[in-house]
Order: sequence, then structure tokens, then C-alpha cells
Amino acid sequence: MKFRFAVTLAIFAVVAIALALTLQHPPAESIQRGYRGLGMVQIRNPDTVRAKQISNRAPEPSSKIDPSGQPASAVYQNVQVLKDIDSNELLRLMNDITAWVAPKQGCAYCHAEGEELSSDKLYTKVVARRMLEMVRHINAEWKNHVGNTGVTCYTCHRGQPVPTYVWFRDSTDVHGMLGNRAGKNAPAPMAGMTALPSDPMMAFFDDADQIRVVSTTALPGSDRSSIKQTEWTYALMIHMSEALGVNCTFCHNTRSFFAWDQSTPQRVTAYYGIRMVRDLNQNYLKGLSAKFPHERLGLMGDAPKVDCATCHQGVSKPLFGASLASEYPELSGAVASTAGPSGAR
Amino acid sequence: MAEYQNIFTQVQVRAAPYPGVPLERGPWVRSGEGRFSYLLGKIGDAQVGPIYLGWTGVTSLLCGFLAFEIIGLNMWASVNWDPVQFVRQLPWLALEPPPPAAGLCMICPLNEGGWWQIAGFFLTLSILLWWVRVYRRASALGMGSHIAWAFASAIWLYLVLGFIRPLLMGSWGEAVPFGIFPHLDWTAAFSIRYGNLFYNPFHMLSIAFLYGSTLLFAMHGATILAVSRLGGEREIEQIVDRGTAAERAALFWRWTMGFNATVESIHRWAWWFAVLCPLTGGIGILLTGTAVDNWYLWAVKHGVAPSYPHVFPPMVDPAAAPGGSS
Repeated sequence: MKFRFAVTLAIFAVVAIALALTLQHPPAESIQRGYRGLGMVQIRNPDTVRAKQISNRAPEPSSKIDPSGQPASAVYQNVQVLKDIDSNELLRLMNDITAWVAPKQGCAYCHAEGEELSSDKLYTKVVARRMLEMVRHINAEWKNHVGNTGVTCYTCHRGQPVPTYVWFRDSTDVHGMLGNRAGKNAPAPMAGMTALPSDPMMAFFDDADQIRVVSTTALPGSDRSSIKQTEWTYALMIHMSEALGVNCTFCHNTRSFFAWDQSTPQRVTAYYGIRMVRDLNQNYLKGLSAKFPHERLGLMGDAPKVDCATCHQGVSKPLFGASLASEYPELSGAVASTAGPSGAR
Repeated sequence: MAEYQNIFTQVQVRAAPYPGVPLERGPWVRSGEGRFSYLLGKIGDAQVGPIYLGWTGVTSLLCGFLAFEIIGLNMWASVNWDPVQFVRQLPWLALEPPPPAAGLCMICPLNEGGWWQIAGFFLTLSILLWWVRVYRRASALGMGSHIAWAFASAIWLYLVLGFIRPLLMGSWGEAVPFGIFPHLDWTAAFSIRYGNLFYNPFHMLSIAFLYGSTLLFAMHGATILAVSRLGGEREIEQIVDRGTAAERAALFWRWTMGFNATVESIHRWAWWFAVLCPLTGGIGILLTGTAVDNWYLWAVKHGVAPSYPHVFPPMVDPAAAPGGSS
């Protein structure tokens, strides 16, 4: 009997330790956001938040520079986007772009060594020019998503020539007589490792598939949205949740996902965010596939594209809301052209 | 005296294996003599066999094996026949029903839901044949058909999910994929698409019967174990001849909650709770998309879903604003 008691005690001890290891320390915080009883809370672990605060710190803007009094286009050759700004401002911005995008590679990452600064020999310079146009487009035309905070190169690049979070098209070809995954049923990194559709980006951030799948009438009407279609939307929502480090309830009242009158203001911001990402992919990034060398393209030969994580990187406000762009008014200029990469065409 | 206050069964009856009641003459006989397993005796009867399969059992197992193979081989093919990835990704893998665009194709292309149709056909046949087997074996033993009808309730839910509702919706794509995570994703997506299944009253009933079943099971199992030292496990005798065990168990529940089931009626409670769980659940699924398209809005319309004070200013759908699109 004594031996049996010891064995039982040992089993309980092992189970108790195993259970204790599943607990988080420090415990996750629950922050109520909606009316009580609706479960509209954000769950966050203080350790994770602290780690994110360290890895999402905005760099200090460089000190202001005295203007030269001459526009950039008068001093430098082949300035196409920033031609109206002061030439010294251009110099300051070029230095900062180097620090934001290619700190290790330096100026030569875009400006070919032994060539004039005006040379468009390197593809990186052509792409960078288009990216400048894109940043100015975002800050001027997408205020309903980026507000007055705005974006800079650093919002996505974080000191790397290729941002950490970009995506490429997946192959959707179905081969053979069996084993069709129907675009899902595999651990999907883009959808929180669920078995949901693995490439919601293609459907919603490149193509403009219908996101809304919930019926807006109590009784059956004309809405023919299918359950499979719902799984695509679901995958997109998981991506947004993961990219922003938030729960569903950051935007939705989950008792009624579709109802706008019960949603939070963040849902409107996110609505414009989806359209913004789609606009950037369709009008800025896809067009670059001809400019990139082969090794920068995806398996399907497409240019790298953006999604929510590209800027947000696990934080609901990228870089915790630090507004680097406000120190660089030249990045917020209204832009006329969305026609495609200009120069070196 | 046997000790019952334990996790495992402490008593193992050992005699010559009991072959069972005489069978009617037929082409099938019981196979084997029956033998004993000490370990199985810890959780149930130590005697294993003899087994009777009959033609329904054999065909059911055959059909079930076919369905299992079709599903498994499709899963394996989906990882390019890599055995390691097959094991690693198994919970994610699935055999999908036809795409919604295919509607109710009679013979879908094999790799576009055709395999799903074949697997579903054989799995359904396997289940139905097993039901026939359950019914006929019960008859052969002179038992009632309670087990068969309880099983039928689960089959009803299965048929609603994979056959009847897709038929009514006009699309095989509405059916559930065969897969571990994928069928759970399907369940969540189903609820989202139809505006939150928690507002479906038949879903509510089904949950009540599900949780009720576990509660009744725990109460009954605990009661019988607690009075087994007084002979309480002889439930059938105690239906008509209440011993001290039945009296004490009944008194316990009257003391604690004022009312008690009888040794007989507790089994009717348990049977009905278990049977009504998939029965009401199946009705709830069947009504979804066919009679009701958004359960939340339905619940608002009928005064079921309350409204709450606004904490945020009410949001307006930006798609309704100029230049918006959904």
C-alpha cells in the first residue's frame, strides 16, 4: 500500500509539474476595451510587449540641415521624384535612406561605384526611386490608414535592403490524379500555422476577391458566399491578427463579426489598410518584377509584395506610433504618377 | 470483499469462456473460442471474443477500409508521398469536397472532389452497414434496439453535414472535408459564415444535451461506484427489488437536490440526453443556410440577442462611403 501511494504521488507530481510548465510567467494581462460581458479584451504578455518595444524602436531622425537655397534638380542630374526639394535636404535624406535601408552596403548599394551619382545602372536605384514615389503616395493619399504618423523607408526596411516580411505568389497548379490540397490543408505560415488557405495574400492583397462572406439578412437571400470562401477570409483575418499582435476583438465584436455599428474604430483603419496594401502591390510592387534580377523574384517570377506584417511587424501601430515621417516633409509630397517605374525604362 | 474504490476494475471473473446464446442457423458462425486478457480486464471484461462479423460486419469493414485508404492516400499524395512529412503534417492534411463552383456534380473530376465523393460513399455505406449489424446482433440476442437507434442519431448528424444539407444547398462544396484540423476550421468558418452559430437555438439545445450528458454520466457513474460496496452495481435487480444500495443512493440525491431518478429512469435520462445531442444538432445544421442565413440577425429579430451600450462611437461601413468597395 505504501509503495502504491508513493507511485500515485509521483504520478500526480509529474502531472502537476507538466501543468505548471504550461503557465505563463509573468501572467498575460487582459485589457478590457468594449462593454463589460462581451469579452472585448486584448490579451498581452508583458514580456512579449517589452521584447517588441526593443525590436520596434524608431531610429533618431538626423539633425536638420541648413538649406542651400537651390532645388535638388538644379544641383544634381537625373533627379526625378525629389526635384523640388532643397538640394541639402536631398543630401540629408539620401544619408538617412542609407541608414534605413542599406547601412552595411552604404551608398554603393544604389549608386554604382565608379559611376556618376545620376547613373541608373543598378536596379536597386531604379527600385528605390519607385519606392520613394510609393512612400510619398502612402503619406499623401492613404491618410485614412497611416494618419499623420506616416511612413518612411524604415517602417518596413528596418535597416535591411529587403524587408523581413514580404510575400510571393504560391504555385496553385494541381498535379496528378490525387492529393489536391485546394490551396489549404498544410501548416500555413501566412495564416498562423492553421490548415486554412495558405495564400490569402494572393486573393486579397493582389487580386481583389470579396472579403465579406457573412450574410447581411436573417433569412436566405441572394448571398451565395460559401464556407470555403469564408475560410479564405478567415485566413486573411488570422494574418492581420498575427501581423498586428492583436486579438479579433481589436476590431470586431465577435458575437457579430460583420456588424459595423458594433465594431471598434480600428476596423475602419484596417479596412483602408487592406485597400492600401492592395493598391501598393498592384500599382507599385508588381510593376517592378521586370526591374528586379531573377534572384529577387519569387518562384512564380513575381516581385516581392507587402502585407500587413511588412510595416506592422507584430505591433498594432508600427514602431509603436513613432512618427519619423513628420521629420521628413519631403516624404509626404503629393504625387501625380502611379503609372509604373519611371526612369531607366 | 472486492475493493471498488479504485481507478481500475479490481475484479476479474475467470471461468471457461462463455460462448454466448445459441445462434440461429446461418452461413456465418462465431469465430474463435474466446480468451482472456488481464490488461483488458482492468478496464472491462477480461474475456475477448468470440467475434461475430457476418456479412454486414465484413462488408462494413471492407467499405470502411476503402474510405480510410482513399482519404489516407490522398493525404499522402498531397505531401508528394514523403513519409516524414505525412506524419508531421498529418493533422493539417485533408481530402476536400468539390469546389463550390462545381455545384452538385454527379461525377466530379477525381482530383476536384471526386475522391471525396468516393470516400464519402464508402464511409457512409460502411456506417450504415455497421448500423444494420448493430440492429441485427441486438435482435439475435433478444435485446431491444436502443443501441441501434442511439447510433442512428449520430448517423443523422453525419448525413446532414455531409449529404443532406449540401444537397439542399445545391453544392457539395458545403460539406465537411475529411481531415483533423481542416474539419475544425470548417466548423469555425461555418459559424462565421452564418452569423454566429451560438444564436442558433438548436445549437443551444445540442450543447445543453452534450453538457447534460456528461453531467448525468458523472452523476450516475459516481452514484453507482459510491454504493457498490453495498451491492449497488446490481442495478437491474434493484429496479424491481430495491436493496439498501438503491435506497441510499436515492436518499442521497433527495437530500442534496430534493429529487432523484430511479435505477431504471436514470438510464432513460442518459439515453435521451445522448440521443438528443446529435439529433437537435443535426436540425440546427440543416436549418443553417437553408432556412436562416444569419443566426445573429435572426436572434435580434426575435428578441433573443440583447443590445449593449456603445463604448465606441458607432462605426459606419466605409464601403458605404463614396468610393468604397466591399
